[in-house]
Amino acid sequence: FTKLNFSSTVEEERHVRANDRDYNERFSYADNRIKTAKYNVFTFLPINLFEQFQRFANAYFLVLLILQLIPEISSLSWFTTIVPLVLVLAITAVKDATDDYFRHKSDQQVNTRQSQVLIKGKLQNEKWMNVRVGDIIKLENNQFVAADLLLLSSSEPYGLCYIETAELDGETNLKVRQALTVTSDLGDDVAKLADFNGEVICEPPNNKLDKFTGTLYWKDNKYPLDNEKMLLRGCVLRNTEWCFGLVIFAGLQTKLMQNCGRTKFKRTSIDKLMNTLVLWIFGFLICMGIILAIGNTIWEQKVGSNFWEYLQWKELTINVVFSGFLTFWSYVIILNTVVPISLYVSVEVLRLGHSYFINWDRRIYYSLKDTPAEARTTTLNEELGQVEFIFSDKTGTLTQNIMVFNKCSINGKTYGDVYDEFGRKKTPCVDFSFNPLMDRKFRFHDSSLVEAIKLEEPLVQEFFRLLALCHTVMPEERNEGELVYQAPSPDEGALVTAARNFGFVFRSRTPETITLYEMGHAVTYQLLAILDFNNVRKRMSVIVRNPKGQLKLYSKGADTILFDRLDPSNEELMFTTSEHLNEFAGEGLRTLALAYKDLDEDVFDEWMKKLLFASTALENREEKLGALYEEIEQGMMLLGATAIEDKLQEGVPETIACLTLANIKIWVLTGDKLETAMNIGYSCNMLRDDMNEVFIISGHTMLEIHQKMEILLSGLDMEKTELYSSDSVFEETIIAEYALIINGHSLAHALEADLEQILVDVACLCKTVICCRVTPLQKALVVELIKRHKRAVTLAIGDGANDVSMINTAHIGVGISGQEGMQAVLASDYSFAQFRYLQRLLLVHGRWSYYRMCNFLCYFFYKNFAFTLVHFWYGFLCGFSAQTVYDQWFITLFNIVYTSLPVLAMGLFDQDVNEQYSLRYPNLYRPGQLNQLFNKRKFFTCTLQGVCTSFILFFIPYGAFLTAVRDDGAHISDQQAFAVTIATTLVIVVSVQIGLDTNYWTAVNHFFIWGSLAVYFAILFAMHSDGIFTIFPNQFPFIGTARNSLNQKFVWLVILLTTVVCIMPMVAVRFIKADLYPTQTDKVRLLQQTSRRQGPQEQNLRRVRRTSSRRSAYAFAHQQGYGELITSGKNMKVPTSSTSTYPLSSPARGTSLVKNSVRIARC
Amino acid sequence: MMASSYSAKEEDGHHSGSAGLGGAAIRTRKPDNTAFKQQRLPAWQPILTAGTVLPAFFIIGLIFIPIGIGLYVTSNNIKEFEIDYTGTDMSSPCFNCSQSFSWNSTTPCKCVLFFSLDQPFESNVFMYYGLSNFYQNHRRYVKSRDDSQLNGDQRSLKEPSKECEPYRTNENKPIAPCGAIANSMFNDTLDLFYIDPNGTKTQILLIKKGIAWWTDKHVKFRNPGGSNPNLTAAFIETAKPVNWHKPVYELDIDSENNGFINEDFIVWMRTAALPTFRKLYRIIQKKNNMTPTLPRGSYSLEVTYNYPVRSFEGRKRMILSTISWMGGKNPFLGIAYITVGSICFFLGVVLLFIHHKYGNRNNSSDVPN
Repeated sequence: FTKLNFSSTVEEERHVRANDRDYNERFSYADNRIKTAKYNVFTFLPINLFEQFQRFANAYFLVLLILQLIPEISSLSWFTTIVPLVLVLAITAVKDATDDYFRHKSDQQVNTRQSQVLIKGKLQNEKWMNVRVGDIIKLENNQFVAADLLLLSSSEPYGLCYIETAELDGETNLKVRQALTVTSDLGDDVAKLADFNGEVICEPPNNKLDKFTGTLYWKDNKYPLDNEKMLLRGCVLRNTEWCFGLVIFAGLQTKLMQNCGRTKFKRTSIDKLMNTLVLWIFGFLICMGIILAIGNTIWEQKVGSNFWEYLQWKELTINVVFSGFLTFWSYVIILNTVVPISLYVSVEVLRLGHSYFINWDRRIYYSLKDTPAEARTTTLNEELGQVEFIFSDKTGTLTQNIMVFNKCSINGKTYGDVYDEFGRKKTPCVDFSFNPLMDRKFRFHDSSLVEAIKLEEPLVQEFFRLLALCHTVMPEERNEGELVYQAPSPDEGALVTAARNFGFVFRSRTPETITLYEMGHAVTYQLLAILDFNNVRKRMSVIVRNPKGQLKLYSKGADTILFDRLDPSNEELMFTTSEHLNEFAGEGLRTLALAYKDLDEDVFDEWMKKLLFASTALENREEKLGALYEEIEQGMMLLGATAIEDKLQEGVPETIACLTLANIKIWVLTGDKLETAMNIGYSCNMLRDDMNEVFIISGHTMLEIHQKMEILLSGLDMEKTELYSSDSVFEETIIAEYALIINGHSLAHALEADLEQILVDVACLCKTVICCRVTPLQKALVVELIKRHKRAVTLAIGDGANDVSMINTAHIGVGISGQEGMQAVLASDYSFAQFRYLQRLLLVHGRWSYYRMCNFLCYFFYKNFAFTLVHFWYGFLCGFSAQTVYDQWFITLFNIVYTSLPVLAMGLFDQDVNEQYSLRYPNLYRPGQLNQLFNKRKFFTCTLQGVCTSFILFFIPYGAFLTAVRDDGAHISDQQAFAVTIATTLVIVVSVQIGLDTNYWTAVNHFFIWGSLAVYFAILFAMHSDGIFTIFPNQFPFIGTARNSLNQKFVWLVILLTTVVCIMPMVAVRFIKADLYPTQTDKVRLLQQTSRRQGPQEQNLRRVRRTSSRRSAYAFAHQQGYGELITSGKNMKVPTSSTSTYPLSSPARGTSLVKNSVRIARC
Repeated sequence: MMASSYSAKEEDGHHSGSAGLGGAAIRTRKPDNTAFKQQRLPAWQPILTAGTVLPAFFIIGLIFIPIGIGLYVTSNNIKEFEIDYTGTDMSSPCFNCSQSFSWNSTTPCKCVLFFSLDQPFESNVFMYYGLSNFYQNHRRYVKSRDDSQLNGDQRSLKEPSKECEPYRTNENKPIAPCGAIANSMFNDTLDLFYIDPNGTKTQILLIKKGIAWWTDKHVKFRNPGGSNPNLTAAFIETAKPVNWHKPVYELDIDSENNGFINEDFIVWMRTAALPTFRKLYRIIQKKNNMTPTLPRGSYSLEVTYNYPVRSFEGRKRMILSTISWMGGKNPFLGIAYITVGSICFFLGVVLLFIHHKYGNRNNSSDVPN
C-alpha cells in the first residue's frame, strides 16, 4: 500500500491504455476499492493503543505508571494507576472498534456494487472494487458512475449523454457530456470496443471537479480531452439508455474521493478549554510538587536528620536535596489524581449518551420519509448549545425545491383562492379527469378556472396557450401519455405542468415546431424565434405561427418590465392585475406577468431580416439583438399573471423567528438569484417590511463595493452610537433592524483581505444577511470569515453537495437527510429531515448538552481537587514524606467506582428547564453563546471550592483526632482510622454536592447516588474484613479499621460536622445568587415549578404571521442559453421507432437540423 | 409529574400519516416512545428557595448548638492528668537519664516523678504514653513493616519483605519483627504508686491486657507456628530487632501476650496519624463502687527510662484519663459544634434579612420571552 501511495504522490502524468490491464498495471494506479476503515483484526490493537497513547493524558498516566515502579519514589502501589488506565483504554478501544466496524460495513457495501465491465471481449458483471484503470465499463440509465470515466459512446446522438451531478456539486439540473466523434462511432458494438486500444495521457489525480486536461492517442491521431468528456464518480446517468466509458481514475484517486479527503477532526471549544485546563492543572501539580519537595528538603535538614536514629536510611544521609528531588516525584505520583484520568472517557460517554438522545428523539423524526435524526459525530453535542451563527442553504433546506402553480389572475379575475369569501375551504382538489394527459400530482383548489376553460373563454385559453408555448422545457414521452418534462428551472416546469392539466398539453417539440394537445386536439405551432431570457431583459418571448397562419408573440416576465411594454389600452387591466400581484406577493408567491401580441406579417419579415443581420454581426451582437428584441416586444396585450409558490419546508418561518429570539443570527447562503433569495427571505420572515432598510450590495469593482460598505457602516455606526448613548442596556432590543443582501460577485471582492473586516462589521450589525449567487467555495469562505473574526460557534445547514464545503468548515455541520443526494449528510455532523428540527436540536438538545457538560466538568474538577489536595495538607504534618492519607484501594476506586456514576447520571439526565420551557423561552439559550456556564473563571471557582473542601476535610478531623481515644479507652488517632474517617467524609461530601448539583432526580440518579454510597460502605467493609486479609495480608492491611472506627459516635460526629461545614457555605452562596441576582434559568425554573403545582396549562404555540406586501420581482430561477439549445436541436433525439407515436412525424427532421444550424449561429 | 405535562400533539400528527399508509407489517425507524428515550423520566426537581434553605440553616443551628454544648460538657467532665517526664529540664528527675542514654546501653536508668491529683478519678482510668514530634506517619517509616510476617506467615518470617530494609536482616538472620516501626518500639516502663498521707507507697495495679483492638489482637497479629506455646522454637533462626534488649518471644511471660501478639507491641505497630500522639499503655480498673479508682492525693511515677527522644527534640508524657461515651477529653469537637451551629443560625438570620429586604420575591412574573 505504501508503494502505491508513494507512486501517486510523484505521479506527474497518467498513461492509460484501454483494454490493456498489463500495461496499466505497470503504473500501479489505485484500484477501485474504497477503504475508509482504519484497522483490521490484526492491526487494531497496536495501532489503536499507539493512537491512544498519543493523547496527552494517557501518555501521562503511562509515565506515572513507570515512575511507580521505581521503589525509591513509589508512594502508591502500581494498581492505583493501572486499574483506571486499563479501564479507560478499554472503553475507548471498544468505541473505536465499533466505529471501525461500521466503516468496514459501508465500505463493503460500496465496494460490492455491480457494474458491467468489458473483459476479454465480453461484458461481465463485476464488483466495483474489481474495476481497474483502463477498463471499459458500460453504464445504464439511472446508474451511479463507478469511477472517473472518459465517455466513449452513448445511446444518444452525437455521443451525448446526460448526467446529474447532485452528489458532486449539488446542482440538480442535468448536464450534458459529449464523447469524441471518433469514439462515439464505436457505439455499443462490443467487439469494436474490445479492440479499442487508444491511450490516454492526462493529468494526475486531483480534486478539481470542473477541470480535466488530457489527450487521447489512437490510430496515430491526437484528440484533446476536456472535462466535457468526463463522467465523474458520484454522478448519475439520466435520460441516456446506456453509455460506455474508459476508466481513468479509480477508487481513492477519483475526483470525488480526492474531494472528500480526510474530513477535518472537529473539536469543540470546551474540548480546547479542557486541554488548556488540563495543562494548567499539570502545571499546578508541578508547583505543588516543588513546594512539597522544598518542604521536604527543609524538613530533612531540620527535623529528619535528628530523626535518623529511627529511620536509618543510608541514601538519605548523603544528601537532603536528593531526598527533596525524590519527594517531588513521589508527590507527582500521589497528586496525579488532580489530572483526571477518567475525565476524557467520561466526557466521551456523556457525549455518546447525548447523541443517542438525539437519535432517539421522536420529535425530530420525520415520518413521511421515515428518517430519524442522526448524530453522526458524537463529539460536538455541547457545542450545539453555543451556536451564534447559522448559515443556511436555501434550496432544499429552507424550501422544498417544489414550485407549485398556486394562483393566477386572468384578465382581471383571480383564480386559485383556497378559501372563499366566507372563509370556508373550497373543494379540496379540482378534478382533472377530463384530461387523459394530466399530471396526477398537480393540485388546484379553484374549480371556477376549469369551468372557464370548459366554457372556452378565449383569454383563459390564450393564457394557458402562452404557458404551454413560451418556455424552454423539453418533453419526454416514454409511453403513450406518460409525459415527463425536463425543465431548466422548477418554475418553468410548474407553469408548463399547470397548462398541461388545464388542457393545454405541451407534448413535443422540434427545433421548428411545438405540438400542443389543446383540449384533446393536436395543434402544431411553428416556432419562429425564441427571444431568450437574460438577466437584463428579465423576460422571454416566443414568436409562433399558429395553424391558422396567424403570427403571435407570447411573452412572460417580471411585471415591472412587462407593464412598461404594454399597449396603452391595457391600463385598466394593468391596474387590477397589479393589485392582484400585490396580493400574491403578500402571500410570498413568485409572480410572473404574461402578455401577447398579434404580429403583422410584413413587420415580422422586416424584423426577421434585421435579426438575421444582427445575429451575424461581429461587434456588440448581444446589444444589437437586445435592441431588436426590445423593438418587437412593444405594445403587447396583458393576459394576466401567475403566482408560483416556492414551497417552504414546514415551519420554517416559525423556526427562524424562534432562533432569532434565541439571539442566533441566520445567514442564508444560496447559489440562487438575488430576486429568488429575497423572495424567500420575505416569505421566511427574515426580511420584513417594517425593517428600517434592506441594503443590497451588488457591485463589480472592488472600489465600488468598498465605498458602498463604508457608507453603510458609517450610517449604521451613527445609529448605534446614538442608541448606546441613550441606554446601552436596551441596545439589543431596540436596535434598528437592517438587512444585508450581497451577491456572489460582490462577495468575491468583499472577502478580500482589505475589505473583510468591514464586511464583518456591516454584516453583524444587520439582523438578516443573505448572500446569493455564491459558489460552494464562497460559502465556506463566509463561514471561515465569521469563525475567524467573531470567535463564535457557527453552524452550517444544507442538503446538497454544494453545501459540503461549508458544512465541513463550520463548527457544526447539519445535513438535511431523506433526500436523494447524500453528500451533505455524509459530510455532516448531524442530520435530520426538516429544517424546523433545528430549533429542537439547538434549543433543547444543544442547550441541555451544554448545560450538562458544564455542570459535569465543574463537578469533576471540584471532586478531584477535594479528593487529592488532602494529601497536600497532610504533607505538612508527615514530614513531606509523600505519605498518602487514604487507603490505596480507596485511591484506586474513588474516581472509577465511588463517584463516577452519580456524576455521569447527572451529565446524562439532568434538565434545569424542561423541553417545553426551553422552547418557549428561547433566550435561555443565551448563557451558552456567552460561554457562561463553563469558562476559566468557573474553573477557578470550582477548583477553589475543591481546595477549600479538601482543607476542611483535612483540618476538622485533624483537630478532632489530636487527642481522641475510643469510647473503650483504646487509641483511635492512628493513620488507618484517620484515613477511613476522611475517606468516608469525602465520599459523603461529594455525594451531597452532586445531590445539590442535580436538578432533575430521576430514578437513575437516586439509584446511582444512593447506590454509590452503599457500594462505598460495602467495599469498605469487605476490604477491611478478616477474610480478605487472611488471603492477601500484604495488600489489605486495613483489617478491622472500618469496624473499629465507624462504630464510634465520635467519628460520626466528626463526619457530620465536616459535611455540614463543607456544604452549607455553598448552599448559602447559591441561594443568595438565585435570590438576589436570578439568572434567566432561575426565573424560568421557578415559573416551571409554580406552574407545575397549578397543573399543566395549554400553551398556545407561537404563530408567525407574514405581513409582507412586497411585490416579488421576476422569479425565473433559470439560465440563459436554453433557447439556443432548443432551436439548434442539439438536445433532441434522433427519430427512432418511437416517433410514430408522435402526432407529428417529421421524416425530414434530419435535414431540418442541418438547416437549423444556420439559426444556431444566429442566436 | 413531568410526564403529565407532556403534550403528544405533534407526534400524533406524524403518526397518523405513517400509520394510515403503512399498515401493520412495515417496520419504521421511528424511535421508541419510552420515557427514557424521550428524556421524560419522571423526576423530582428540587430548587433552592427561601422556603427550603432558610429552615435548613435554622434547623442545623438548633441541632448543632445543643450537640456542641453536650459535647463540651461531657468533655469537661472527663478527668485528665498529664505529666511530661522527658527530662530536658535540669531540675527534672529524669534529666540524667535523658542525657546519658542511647539505644546501646544495657543498664537501665530509672527515675521517679512525684505528682498529686486534686480530684479523685472515679471510673476506670486509662494510662497513656504520649510522644511529641515523633513522625510515626513518615512514609518510609510507615511502610517499613511486613504484615504477613506479623500474621505468622512462616515464609515471611524467614524471608521478610524488602520494605523492611534496612531492618530486614541482622548478621544474616532475618529480623522478627522486621522493619523500622518494630525496631523503634516504645520501651519505657511506667509504674504508678499511690502515696498515703502517712507516707506508705502502694503500687497501683496496671492491667496490660485489653489495650489493643480486638481485630488486631486476634486476626491481624499472630505468632508463627500457630498455637504452639513454645515461641522460642517458633522464632528460632531469627534475630531480634537491633534496638531491642530482648527478643520478641520474651516480651512477656504470659503466652497469651507474648511474641507478635504482645499488646504493647500491637499498639505500637498501629502507627499514629499525626506527629504528636498518645497510645494506650495500661488500664487501671475500678475496684468497687465505694472508693474512687484513683483517690485524691500524692502519687509517684517510676520510669524505667529506655527510650531516647532527645535527639529529635521529642517529648514523652504520661497521661491518666477517664473516658465517656465520646471517648477521651476532646474540647475541640464541642467548641466546633457550637461555633458551626451558631454560624449557621446567624447565617440563617442574615439570609432571611437579605431575602426580605432585597430578595426578588416576584421574580417569576417578569420572565421576558
